Amino acid sequence: MTIKGKAYIAGIYEHPTRHAPDKSTAQLHAEVAKGAIEDAGLTKADIDGYFCAGDAPGGLWPMVDYLGLRVRHMDSTETGGCSYLIHLGHAAEAIAAGKCSIALITLAGKPRTGAMPPRAQGAEADFETAYGATTHNAYGMCAMRHMHDYGTTSEQLAWIKVAASHHAQYNPHAMLKDVVTVEDVLNSPMISDPLRRMDCCVVSDGGGALIVTTPEIAKSLKKPLVRLIGHGEAMKGPRGGKDLDLTYSAGVWSGPRAFEEAGVTPGDIKYASIYDSFTITVLMQLEDLGFCKKGEGGKFVSDGNLISGVGKLPFNTDGGGLCSNHPVNRGGMTKIIEAVRQLRGEAHPKVQVPNCDLAIAHGTGGLLGVRHAASTCILERA
Amino acid sequence: MAEAKKYPAPQGNPETAPFWEAAKQGKFLIKRCTACGEPHYFPRAICPFCFSDQTVWEESSGEGEIYTFSLMRKSPTGPYAIGYVTLKEGPSVQTNFVDCELEKLRIGQKVKVVFKPTDGAPLPFFTPV
Repeated sequence: MTIKGKAYIAGIYEHPTRHAPDKSTAQLHAEVAKGAIEDAGLTKADIDGYFCAGDAPGGLWPMVDYLGLRVRHMDSTETGGCSYLIHLGHAAEAIAAGKCSIALITLAGKPRTGAMPPRAQGAEADFETAYGATTHNAYGMCAMRHMHDYGTTSEQLAWIKVAASHHAQYNPHAMLKDVVTVEDVLNSPMISDPLRRMDCCVVSDGGGALIVTTPEIAKSLKKPLVRLIGHGEAMKGPRGGKDLDLTYSAGVWSGPRAFEEAGVTPGDIKYASIYDSFTITVLMQLEDLGFCKKGEGGKFVSDGNLISGVGKLPFNTDGGGLCSNHPVNRGGMTKIIEAVRQLRGEAHPKVQVPNCDLAIAHGTGGLLGVRHAASTCILERA
Repeated sequence: MAEAKKYPAPQGNPETAPFWEAAKQGKFLIKRCTACGEPHYFPRAICPFCFSDQTVWEESSGEGEIYTFSLMRKSPTGPYAIGYVTLKEGPSVQTNFVDCELEKLRIGQKVKVVFKPTDGAPLPFFTPV
């Protein structure tokens, strides 16, 4: 049993807003849903599956009702920023099993102009809350140890931001459009050692949505065909404190599962959407996915290797979370959307990868240095 | 600064109550599984490794070394350093480093547990030896 080739992404939509003081969160979900449905050339009445995560106000009950959906399959898997990559895999499973035929996945929210829902806590709360783990310092702890174990440098991390900025200059919606240098990154203020301001992603309002459907329905529509051929998901935490190693992520498990299902290798990938909450997130995930050996990520990302048209592995050609947007502090959705644009040939001409027929979208969710999930999707132009 | 910080009181529950009672006596407890022999932290009733319910409380030396850390340069309560300490007994523990020059922290540094008061049971922190 496999989902390989059994589900196609027929509709995508990324909200152009980065600042939405005049909109509600539910409204943003509706706007991205409408955008994706129209991109696919479908109508709302066609939707029979719905997927949302912790950013959807109230979860499934109010959202399905608010959007006016009539669905026969639902999933509210919540794994932070990678929820939507997992939703895509789960939607493919549901479609392959006949549980729905046209699934809608939405993400939206307003961390800049509204309240963010608090992070849910588990059994660890009394033993961790007081220590003030935030995204900055949780990822900082990973970077610190990676530098210690492998000699990774701030200059190498900076190259990831530099590459993102080269792409963002062509994205009219990007929050940060200026091309930056390694020196610019190193001169930005230290936020949480060893991560500086330019090692961090932006905070933005906004959202995005996907339509996932059967091969037959996708082929009846007008958009270029993009299908999911491999998917993996995994989780990692301190696990009782045994053999703690913060230099790798759950991508070491989700990645191989996805590549195996797809029947391809990292060397086959033409374009990579890699969640970039911080520069270190990208570096660790590239290693974990097998684009280079563990510990050699710093060397791999240097000298523009991630810049489209320059390096071997073009990444995040929309500018990613580091420069374009990071709706609701969750980057998984926009990673899928830019991968689909690349496979459709709809990326900006300055960053479009020639003959892009195989792409990866990968992300983590939660706190990399504490506990997190990871999900990998391998996408192919059909 | 960290010393002036007001820390939240642990809520406690039946599973972890002995940990917080010991903390009031200045003792830092971990759990050990008598079936597989593995220690773990934070404490669970059932071993997260072999899933045996034969876990027992054990007083830790409270000594270990810094596995990693990150110094948060700004926060509403001032700079603070979060990190993990790998205890002599084995488990790694999330904590903050206190009563020290935060800029001088380094990986591998020897540290020991110190308790800081809350409105309830005291919380464990670590400080360089």
